Amino acid sequence: MGILEVKDVGKRFGGLQALSEVNLSVKENTVHAIIGPNGAGKSTLLNCLVGKLIPDTGSVMFDGQSVLGRKPYEINQMGISRVFQTPEIFGELTVMENMLIPCFAKRDGSFRMHAIESMMNEKDVVEKAEAMLVDMNMADKKDMHSASMSRGDKRRLEIGMCLAQEPRLLLLDEPTAGMARADTNNTIDLLKQISDERDITIAIIEHDMHVVFSLADRITVLAQGTPLVEDDPENIRGNPKVREAYLGETA
Amino acid sequence: MLGMNKKDTSLMIVVAILALGAPILLNPFPVDSAMAQFNAGYPDLMQRFAIFGIFAIGFNILFGLTGYLSFGHAAFLGVGSYSVVWMYKLLDYNVIWGLPLAVATAGVFALLIGYVSLRRSGIYFSILTLAFAQMSFNLAYSVLTPITNGETGLQVYTEDPQVLLGATEANSPHLFGLVMNQSSKLTMGGWEFTFNNGYYFCAVVLMVMFYLAIRIFRSPFGMMLRAIKSNNTRMAYTGLNPRPYALAAFVISGMYAGLAGGLMAAMDPLAGAERMQWTASGEVVLMTILGGTGTLIGPVLGAGFIKYFENIFSKINDNILHGWFSFLPDGLEDFVVFIIHPFIGKGWHLTLGILFMLVVIFLPGGLVEGGQRLKKLVSKKDDNSNTAKTEPAE
Amino acid sequence: MDAIILQILNGLDKGSAYALIALGLTLIFGTLGVVNFAHGALFMIGAFCAVTLSKILTISFETIDPTQKDFLGNPLVVKTPYVEAWFGPEFGASLIDWAVPLSILFSIPIMIAIGFIMERGLIKHFYKREHADQILVTFGLAIVLQEVVKYFFGANPIPTGAPDALTGAFDFGTLLGFDPNTVIYPYWRLVYFFFAAAVIGGVFAFLQFTTFGMVVRAGMADRETVGLLGINIDRRFTIMFGIAAAVAGLAGVMYAPINSPNYHMGMDFLVLSFVVVVVGGMGSLPGAVAAGFLLGVLESFASMNEVKSILPGIDQIIIYLVAIIILLTRPRGLMGRKGVMEE
Repeated sequence: MGILEVKDVGKRFGGLQALSEVNLSVKENTVHAIIGPNGAGKSTLLNCLVGKLIPDTGSVMFDGQSVLGRKPYEINQMGISRVFQTPEIFGELTVMENMLIPCFAKRDGSFRMHAIESMMNEKDVVEKAEAMLVDMNMADKKDMHSASMSRGDKRRLEIGMCLAQEPRLLLLDEPTAGMARADTNNTIDLLKQISDERDITIAIIEHDMHVVFSLADRITVLAQGTPLVEDDPENIRGNPKVREAYLGETA
Repeated sequence: MLGMNKKDTSLMIVVAILALGAPILLNPFPVDSAMAQFNAGYPDLMQRFAIFGIFAIGFNILFGLTGYLSFGHAAFLGVGSYSVVWMYKLLDYNVIWGLPLAVATAGVFALLIGYVSLRRSGIYFSILTLAFAQMSFNLAYSVLTPITNGETGLQVYTEDPQVLLGATEANSPHLFGLVMNQSSKLTMGGWEFTFNNGYYFCAVVLMVMFYLAIRIFRSPFGMMLRAIKSNNTRMAYTGLNPRPYALAAFVISGMYAGLAGGLMAAMDPLAGAERMQWTASGEVVLMTILGGTGTLIGPVLGAGFIKYFENIFSKINDNILHGWFSFLPDGLEDFVVFIIHPFIGKGWHLTLGILFMLVVIFLPGGLVEGGQRLKKLVSKKDDNSNTAKTEPAE
Repeated sequence: MDAIILQILNGLDKGSAYALIALGLTLIFGTLGVVNFAHGALFMIGAFCAVTLSKILTISFETIDPTQKDFLGNPLVVKTPYVEAWFGPEFGASLIDWAVPLSILFSIPIMIAIGFIMERGLIKHFYKREHADQILVTFGLAIVLQEVVKYFFGANPIPTGAPDALTGAFDFGTLLGFDPNTVIYPYWRLVYFFFAAAVIGGVFAFLQFTTFGMVVRAGMADRETVGLLGINIDRRFTIMFGIAAAVAGLAGVMYAPINSPNYHMGMDFLVLSFVVVVVGGMGSLPGAVAAGFLLGVLESFASMNEVKSILPGIDQIIIYLVAIIILLTRPRGLMGRKGVMEE
């Protein structure tokens, strides 16, 4: 039993069968990559996992509970955090404030007014945020306006914000898209470090083979809305079907 | 001090000095001088500065922090006024009964309207609040006449119960005997200063409300509100439902508006439906933007700016203009007066409209941003002259 | 039955005005993505075009007629409009009489010019800014425009009559076989309705059957793709803004006899027109038109005594109530498209 179980998921948009009979099992504390050519249904699948879309058929279970029909913030409260293709951070806030928000927000999502006390007096929250910034190697950028940072730094901040919530599953959507080589390598190192040091499961949707083979413990190849094969990276590399469907295309 | 950091404390002190010293600071010209008409230190106008300041501070908590643009806040203003006048009618002229009720009823109204309106965002939210406010206005004007006294406006009549009214009690709004419309005058040389009870009451309330706003801005709750404005998607994927936070902000700003409306009735024991019309909502939007959205002091500045010019600009007439430009040759004098004429007196709204457009186009941060730019300009000049050799900052 | 028909008819003229203003608002919103709070001011300017033309036509010179005396016994001063002197008394008088319909021709170039100037001079710079900024700057512009009109025309409403031939009312009921005097309807309102229908039909035909209109419609649906085809969308959108301004202006011109123009009529109509647009669905042209007529008729039904006796005050709030209900149950309005103004 994996921590995330996708069973027979299908989704149709008008005449287009975007997903059909998708089965997927992500084991706890592994890095699971989902790859596939453009239009294979990767983003659709991801949106089904986080509550943005509801699949027509099938089920998505996280830790024994169905996520279907729940709102994004409810799914987040179950322990799933998401990193977006374009970093979604609070651009108008400083780096520190960005980090304070997930540290302040309780996992249960309960509404807390706290309208009168100063943020800086919430000692444990501030300490947690500061520690997280140190972990992310961003302590020196603490007071920077987050919108003015480089894309790599924004990504780093976003990942840090997700980790601050101590999620059990971290979903990444092409985390290195649009990044320079150096930023890409930094991000790979960061993700490696995270998966080694923390008790966390990572599911990653990626285009860049370099990223996938540097990180993944397990790979699912998606083609035309349905999983072609699921295997270890070594076997995927040698699989002729995958070469034909995907690697051949890029070569 | 009082749980504020250094910068906020000094801001608070500046506001306190301005508020308490206003009767003197706003009367810089001797009574007999030609400039006396620019004095703003008379009770009626100063009360309006403080009251609209409170209204705008509250509006800014919603619009400035969360970015939700409400076009219906005047409804809460009206509700506040009606509550206070009703307490006059039922109990007595002591404002202590009415003001808490004004805040409470405005809060309940805001909760209802906010709960429904916040199901949508963007322009839909603006239209929903506008629709609710216009509905309240129309109802106050027509069917709700038993409660609002319709077109005449609500006021106190001699046959009203006023059960708590004592034999010696003042027959106008007061706070435990401190009568609002009483003033003491101080004459010094050519100057005359009026210290009005009502104004000082408003000023103290303004200071308290400003202090509360500082605390809200700096609190975790204030940060959540700014997060809503900045990125709703990330908010949701941080496990937070933005709606209760936005609703809390809406209710708080509605209560500020209710308090402001209550104070209006505390200064002048009347309440009319026109206070709820959407143009009144538009006015608070203008104040907030003109002063500086999302800043602490901006809304107060904007309210003061608009109310000052509304009163002073509209008093200038052609004769005064002729007086000013009499040094010019006759033909030129007439021409200059002719050019300026449309913008003064009754044409003051034209000036306001143009000013407002210029601010939105060139100075989105309002007067506060303008001040900051000026400061930068000045300090840059200093830098160039004094520290020309310093390394460029990283 | 006759009462119902009467209310429907009564709602049509207001509904026509709502529909025309909402149509222009939607065109601007759909093409340029701008929320134009100054649109009511354009409607108001249109009405004042009619006022201006009738004022121009009645500019007179004075002659003293010694044969007649006024009530003080002095020789009577006779005012003769120049047009009557130039074109003969009869034709001149009918020109003055028909000033409002003539203003249609007079107002179109003016409104289009105002639209162009507005778009090029101001709105253009706000495409990339937030909707809140657009609302605010056009709100400021609306204040400026109405104050300018107030400066020139004063604060009081200026009665502007319909041509004599079209004043008065006719008994619509007898046409349908009801008793006489049950459904009385003023001619001019009927004219207004048909005029509005013609303008709406014209705009739809223009969008449907011309290449220009096709490009604009495609642009409304997907601006980026059309831009990628190398078609200069911006210039066409500027023209659309001019057309939208003209539609609002025409609605105002013909409305002058129904309601004496005053400087704040634009704001009064704007608030309701926005409600209409939102009810119809942001970005949907048929939605705007349908919602305009629907709300106009509903408003007129709500003001029936029979309805008011059951639900007092309903006539004051019906439009807002409907708007709130529709927005909450159908977030996109009656015919709104997916993805318009949604976060």
